[in-house]
Amino acid sequence: MSILGNRVLRREDPKFLTSGGTYVGDLDLPGAVHLTFVRSTVAHARLASLDVEKARAAAGVRGVYLNADLGVAPLPPGMPMLNQDMTRPVLAEGVVRFVGEPIVVIAADTLTDGADAAELVVIDYDPLPVVVDPEEALKDEALLYPEIGTNNCFALQFGHDETLFDGCDVVVRQKMINQRVAPCPLEGRSSAAEVAADGRLTFYASTQTAHGVRDSLAKALAVEPDRVHVISPDVGGGFGAKGSVYPEDVIVAWVAQHLGRPARWTETRSESMLGLGHGRAQVQEVEIGGTRDGQILAYRIDVLQDSGAYPDIGAVLPFMTRTMATGVYAIKRGECSSNSVVTNTVPTVAYRGAGRPEATAAIERAIDCFAAEVGVDAAEVRRRNLIGAGDFPYTTPTGTEYDSGDYLRAFDLALEMSGYDELRREQRRRRDAGDKRQLGIGISTYVEITNGIPEGEYGAVEVRPDGRAIVRTGSSAHGQGHHTAWSMLVSDQLGIPMEDIDVIHGDTDIVPRGVGTFGSRSLQSGGSAVHLAAIEVVDKAKALAADLFEAAPGDIVLDAHGGQFHVAGTPALAKGWAEVARAALDKDGEPLMAEVDIPSTGSTFPFGTHVSVVEVDTETGSVELKRHIAVDDAGRILNPLLAEGQVHGGIAQGVAQALLEEFRYDGEGNPLTSNFADYSIITAMELPHFERAFTETPTTKNPLGAKGIGESGTIGSAPAVHNAVVDALSVFGIRHVDMPLTPERVWGAIAAARLGD
Amino acid sequence: MQISITINGSEVAADVEARTLLVQYIRDVAGLKGTNIGCDTTSCGACTVLLDGQSVKSCTVLAAQVAGRQVTTIEGLAEADGTMHPVQRAFHENHGLQCGFCTPGMVMAITSLLAERPPDAAPITAEEVRLGLEGNLCRCTGYHNIVVAALAASRVPELQS
Repeated sequence: MSILGNRVLRREDPKFLTSGGTYVGDLDLPGAVHLTFVRSTVAHARLASLDVEKARAAAGVRGVYLNADLGVAPLPPGMPMLNQDMTRPVLAEGVVRFVGEPIVVIAADTLTDGADAAELVVIDYDPLPVVVDPEEALKDEALLYPEIGTNNCFALQFGHDETLFDGCDVVVRQKMINQRVAPCPLEGRSSAAEVAADGRLTFYASTQTAHGVRDSLAKALAVEPDRVHVISPDVGGGFGAKGSVYPEDVIVAWVAQHLGRPARWTETRSESMLGLGHGRAQVQEVEIGGTRDGQILAYRIDVLQDSGAYPDIGAVLPFMTRTMATGVYAIKRGECSSNSVVTNTVPTVAYRGAGRPEATAAIERAIDCFAAEVGVDAAEVRRRNLIGAGDFPYTTPTGTEYDSGDYLRAFDLALEMSGYDELRREQRRRRDAGDKRQLGIGISTYVEITNGIPEGEYGAVEVRPDGRAIVRTGSSAHGQGHHTAWSMLVSDQLGIPMEDIDVIHGDTDIVPRGVGTFGSRSLQSGGSAVHLAAIEVVDKAKALAADLFEAAPGDIVLDAHGGQFHVAGTPALAKGWAEVARAALDKDGEPLMAEVDIPSTGSTFPFGTHVSVVEVDTETGSVELKRHIAVDDAGRILNPLLAEGQVHGGIAQGVAQALLEEFRYDGEGNPLTSNFADYSIITAMELPHFERAFTETPTTKNPLGAKGIGESGTIGSAPAVHNAVVDALSVFGIRHVDMPLTPERVWGAIAAARLGD
Repeated sequence: MQISITINGSEVAADVEARTLLVQYIRDVAGLKGTNIGCDTTSCGACTVLLDGQSVKSCTVLAAQVAGRQVTTIEGLAEADGTMHPVQRAFHENHGLQCGFCTPGMVMAITSLLAERPPDAAPITAEEVRLGLEGNLCRCTGYHNIVVAALAASRVPELQS
């Protein structure tokens, strides 16, 4: 029986549990200088004067540098479709555009020397007009880049039909804020660099893409990629925000080159909150139309994306929002338009879901608004409009082709697990009784896109003469359990026990090529590459075994349990992997190895239904999430234990956005939530025990039949919780309240509704 | 100033600045990197260690304050022969960790939470575990399997007083 599909415990765990992981900040780098950044304390200003002389003279300081000292070209925006004139100097040059932007870097013998010297830097700021609100930015009155003449860095228009809502009995419009949040991996950014005698750079990165870091660093430092060796040791979470190189990384490398001494930097949490990219940050205007009996005919979404001060991946999120605009529904007419604007805030990047949670939030709220308007139960509206299981592949009105799905199956299962009808009866009882704790039931039926970028991945399997297998993968694990998952894939084909399989990732000298781990792509791209490489290495081994047995390759059988080769019919005479691997070396000196560069396998579309049950205290506005039911379908599941873990974490981050988390600024661009004391990162106390299940609807896009599962939990959960709270508040006639649904906001909505009565 | 702290049974002596935090002492003086720093506001609990058997956030204790006392870190929790502590084992068996950064702090916090329970107390509940872990943040697991692991560990006979 195959090991695939089993709850295999993680091979990674013992180290983390007994001695802790080895993160960049844990590395021993004798003689390294510690970098301290002096960051802007104002949101938008000209740098009138900069005095670093006292800092230069401070104890333990080995160098103090401004942008002009570095000679590093400004970094272009992360994506080619963005306005390429909005470049970012690695240290602020003449002007600062957000609180937290690095201006000066200090290299010192110790961290405390650096911190003390930073206090001696004197900066005079000439304030410039600040724009924080993206709607203000869109007016192009206060400009971040006056020489460019606009704050707009990216615009999209998909369809523009004046007659879109013709024939609709009911059209509902709603403005929604998908608020700015901070990704908050528990390990912040951290990097280190050392330069060998021949000038070659070794760079240690806390990243989701070691090879991406290699190429970006090489470009920034104007050297060939093979002059940079990137090692990504254990990474303490990423959630999308560690998907590219940050200016600080370039500076760490530059200082090591410049001083000829190792350099290192591990940010503090307060630095991280103002430096690691933020997520979401959309203003959405949605319009939904249909018939009185609940059929939806048309949908339009207009997105205003806050890109922060320097356009990065966050600025192109509306593209993904457009891709998933009409969700799981068979809506014939759909349109999407968007504008991405720069503001005096931390740049926005990919954060768990990256454009798809925003799309799902918009349509799932819109469905509930529509259901309320036509007076049909929100579950019933969904049921009537779901794309049918027989309609795949299905092309949406915004041009996306969904591969496979059975939306109704997941939907029915989630409603059944929730006891939906009984929940509605309990809600009715509380309403009739005027209970101060009102019940809310929220549904989210979602579909999302994984492996969304058209890139392939590298995978190699080698069997050594000692019988151990080495797997090299271009995927870049940071908590997902790739060592376990990839070992399962290889063990399944080779019959070598998992404990005799080593998985190597995140070292650009050992793994020659790679793309990385983001967008829920790893299993379907990197996993498929490893799976195919395993099959290929078995074929090579069979040919070698045939020579050893003096038999035809077609007669060689590999016993997938014991990892033994024999000639069909004579299992008693067997040879193991070690012998075959030695035969390969003896034959031509080449190791027994197969490398696969799998081309892009194409996007897949996981889906599911989440149901949330909340209690809202109508006197205080406090919300308690009582239950969360999740049915997710990510195609074939390789290891349910790992997949469940991904869903759990995803749900928590979605609940966090719905109820608690918001990165806030005041009108002057001062951050109000720049540490873990002020930013309401979700804790165990705010979460229930999750109730969940998988359905498995395979895809034909990749040989594993797998879709991504890394982000579904977040995408599905936030709208379910959001809808549940608004559902509880509907007793007051409330149709919409923006996230996060904090007690203050909920209480305010109730108070306003009562005043309006 | 000259201080000495017993960490995982070994005396670690050093001359340190008075402002040195216990977590810095553990990481930089004793060289034990299992204890992590996840924030700068005593919010995340990644640095949780045992001080004379009770959990403390080692970023909020000065090294000088605990001179002469006993500290246990994640490296000192398993038995000398490498046998994992029941809480460590429960984390492994219930997939209680992903990226691993919060894990040492979580494990120490739960070890303390279970050890502090009076011998005649009823079995710890999921809600009590969640309340007990309010000061330990995890961004990967949604706490689900951490709570499951804590409950599983609480049922291990050797942890029942």
